[in-house]
Amino acid sequence: MNQAFSNQTGNVDNIFLFITVISVVMLAIVTSLMIIFLIKFSRRKNPVATDIEGNLPLEIAWIVIPTILVLAMFYYGWVGFKEMRTPPEDAMPVKVSARMWSWAFTYENGRRSGELLVPLNKPVKLIITSEDVLHSLFIPAFRIKEDAVPGMETYLWFLPDRTGSYDLFCSEYCGTGHSSMISKVVVMPQEDFYAWYKKEEKGGAKGKSGLEILTENGCLECHTIDGSKNIGPGLKGIFGKRVTVVTRGQERGITIDEGYLKRSLVEPGADVVKGYSDIMPSQKEVLPEKEINTIVDYIKDLK
Amino acid sequence: MTGAQREMSFYESGNGHTGILSWVLSTDHKRIGLLYLFSMFSFFFVAVILGLLMRLELIAPGPSIMTAESYNAMFTVHGVIMIFLFIIPGIPAGLGNFMLPLQIGARDMAFPRINLMSWWFYMTGAIVIIVSLFTGGGPPDTGWTFYVPYSIRTGTNVTLAVFGVFLLGISSTLTGLNLVTTIHRLRAPGLKWFRMPLFVWSLYATGWVQILATPVLGITLLLLMMERLFGFGFFDPARGGDPLLFEHLFWIYSHPAVYIMILPAMGIVTEIIPVFARRTIFGYKAIAFSSLSIASVGYLVWGHHMFTSGMSDISRVIFSFLTFIVAVPSGIKVFNWIASMYKGSIKLSSPLLFTVSFIFLFSLGGLTGLIIGALATNIFVHGTYFIVAHFHYMMFGGTAFAFFAGIHYWFPKIFGKMYREKPAITSCIVLFAGFNVLYFPMFILGLEGMPRRYYDYLPRFHTGHLISTVGSWILAAGLMIMFYNLIRSIFIGEVAGSNPWGGSTLEWTTSSPPPHENFTEIPVVTEGPYRFRK
Ligand SMILES: [Cu+2]
Ligand SMILES: [Cu+2]
Repeated sequence: MNQAFSNQTGNVDNIFLFITVISVVMLAIVTSLMIIFLIKFSRRKNPVATDIEGNLPLEIAWIVIPTILVLAMFYYGWVGFKEMRTPPEDAMPVKVSARMWSWAFTYENGRRSGELLVPLNKPVKLIITSEDVLHSLFIPAFRIKEDAVPGMETYLWFLPDRTGSYDLFCSEYCGTGHSSMISKVVVMPQEDFYAWYKKEEKGGAKGKSGLEILTENGCLECHTIDGSKNIGPGLKGIFGKRVTVVTRGQERGITIDEGYLKRSLVEPGADVVKGYSDIMPSQKEVLPEKEINTIVDYIKDLK
Repeated sequence: MTGAQREMSFYESGNGHTGILSWVLSTDHKRIGLLYLFSMFSFFFVAVILGLLMRLELIAPGPSIMTAESYNAMFTVHGVIMIFLFIIPGIPAGLGNFMLPLQIGARDMAFPRINLMSWWFYMTGAIVIIVSLFTGGGPPDTGWTFYVPYSIRTGTNVTLAVFGVFLLGISSTLTGLNLVTTIHRLRAPGLKWFRMPLFVWSLYATGWVQILATPVLGITLLLLMMERLFGFGFFDPARGGDPLLFEHLFWIYSHPAVYIMILPAMGIVTEIIPVFARRTIFGYKAIAFSSLSIASVGYLVWGHHMFTSGMSDISRVIFSFLTFIVAVPSGIKVFNWIASMYKGSIKLSSPLLFTVSFIFLFSLGGLTGLIIGALATNIFVHGTYFIVAHFHYMMFGGTAFAFFAGIHYWFPKIFGKMYREKPAITSCIVLFAGFNVLYFPMFILGLEGMPRRYYDYLPRFHTGHLISTVGSWILAAGLMIMFYNLIRSIFIGEVAGSNPWGGSTLEWTTSSPPPHENFTEIPVVTEGPYRFRK
């Protein structure tokens, strides 16, 4: 914990060190006194005990001193916290959307990414929300974390100090894929970042391929493309297949067609394939119409 | 009392029923206490096995022995059992039930039939939870905190499991009611408030927390059930609800619940030290009042579980402040315990060895709590293995070690037999070693960024997990030695006599095991506890 990766790293580590040093000293005092007393006043060495019912000055001391110490800890924790909660005006806003089980980062110009790419030495403000259940955005190297709450916006900010790639975890339990809800923060030299930022999305006017969209949006966390079963139905060869779905609690048979695939993307709870849970988030606000069509075409061809 | 004509113990004297019925229909606080102890430790073992399986899964990155779904169900069920079926009823309903009337010179609890009813609620709740594992959508996979909206949306059997916990809440409230009323109404003549043993003080504070806090849990769980069954929309934002509301309600109970778990443990420790140091306790009133102040300020700090939840910044600051305030009385107790060893004449028998292990582990756990209580550092370690380590130091290193200390201390009173001392000492040392190997690496893992409730992890976390898993085996060995020694001694241990430790509190004045109504004659109390010289 000696390297500073962001302004928050040093901030938090100093407070951590302050509390830890005091704690280690306290634990050492308590433990060594206990061991000394156990030895020195063992029945063999001290056959007759002395009753001591209290000692006012001593008791006042061990109320007052710990109170002062903990208030100091509270104070430094608060000061560090204020720093964590006060993003500079010029921080670059990035919208973060969490869902089971992937992250989506959207920049001011509409550029989207599954990894958080940021320029070096420029403050970044993350505006976080969730599309389904609680998640929590955690970047250990930067010592920061905040929950992603559906229907609410929370925020974090940091000023990255060195280039590199750092882990980004989900730290609020969110179901089967919780432990694979991992992404990266990539801190890039400013030129490299802006080159990426300003570039047309991959594939130019043609747009991304179906597979790229599925990968970037975390769809493959649950749906396989090799025909095997996972949390959601596998996508291989399902087009044209007859399946049983549950519609408002009623089972019925349908044939998977283009309409069904589209509905499953924008309104996943409408007809859920039997044997699977109704847990997929809607992609309605997430994917543009064009990309939804690309995905549907991709699945149609996935034989 | 140890005179020639031995009285019939409560095991021998009938109560109108025979066989198992003489237990499950008994209103004798001693039999109910044993019913609790037996059922709790059965569940404890199930949860220990789940914990061992989880550690085995985490021995290496990647899937080892189970799927993510099974792992998620396991940490949920491990948590639900350990919290609601073991630690919360734990000391108050088990040892407290057995010892409270004996310690205050009463013949039974104030409401013997409510006492039996609370055990029945406990068992019904436990059975409902067990049924929930094998019916509907299978075992719940929400974590013991049942956080919404996940707990509303998951297809697993959350509704039934939550109903089981609701019943356990009723049981716990009734136990609290009995503790408080008994202490108010049934103290022996001359047993003034400040002559009570400090274990009784801790049960008194605990009882109030159980009465006042548990109904909030009940309401919260009912709302959750209604939301799952009828889509009421209290908590799910998709229906206009608020997930933070659930977090607040849940922790308004579940933080004070931490004190239900730890206060009686502190009480046991306070009871044991003077007896084995042969001297008075240092700072009797300070210890009694610190129990009360922990119990009361403890209601106001629940928000420290929500420092990253999206709760307003000003609330976070206030909750952090109050959290640090409540740390002080716990510290005071530790200083009093240490001071009570000063100039004593100490015999380090197994109950005291468990007690000093407790003091070390509890202090370490408590001090790491300061890192969690401070805002800036909380943001970093919240939701990581640092938290997992911290609360296991408090709940296992703290409460369970004190529980084991209490069981070794009162074993001769409860069973009238004595266990073998050497295996007891060995088990304590093995448990202590295994405990630290199991949980200390989790502090480091947390600081390295390892989030909790992860079925799988990045390779860079491997070493810590591997050491921790090895620790879980050592700990399991310690438990086996301890329980083997205790269980065998129930049957073939040497006869203990009524006061093998030379204790000065009232439970040691009656025979071991005590007779049906505890005392042939209700004792008259003329002085405070822990006086070993006249
Ligand atoms: Cu998650
Ligand atoms: Cu708490």
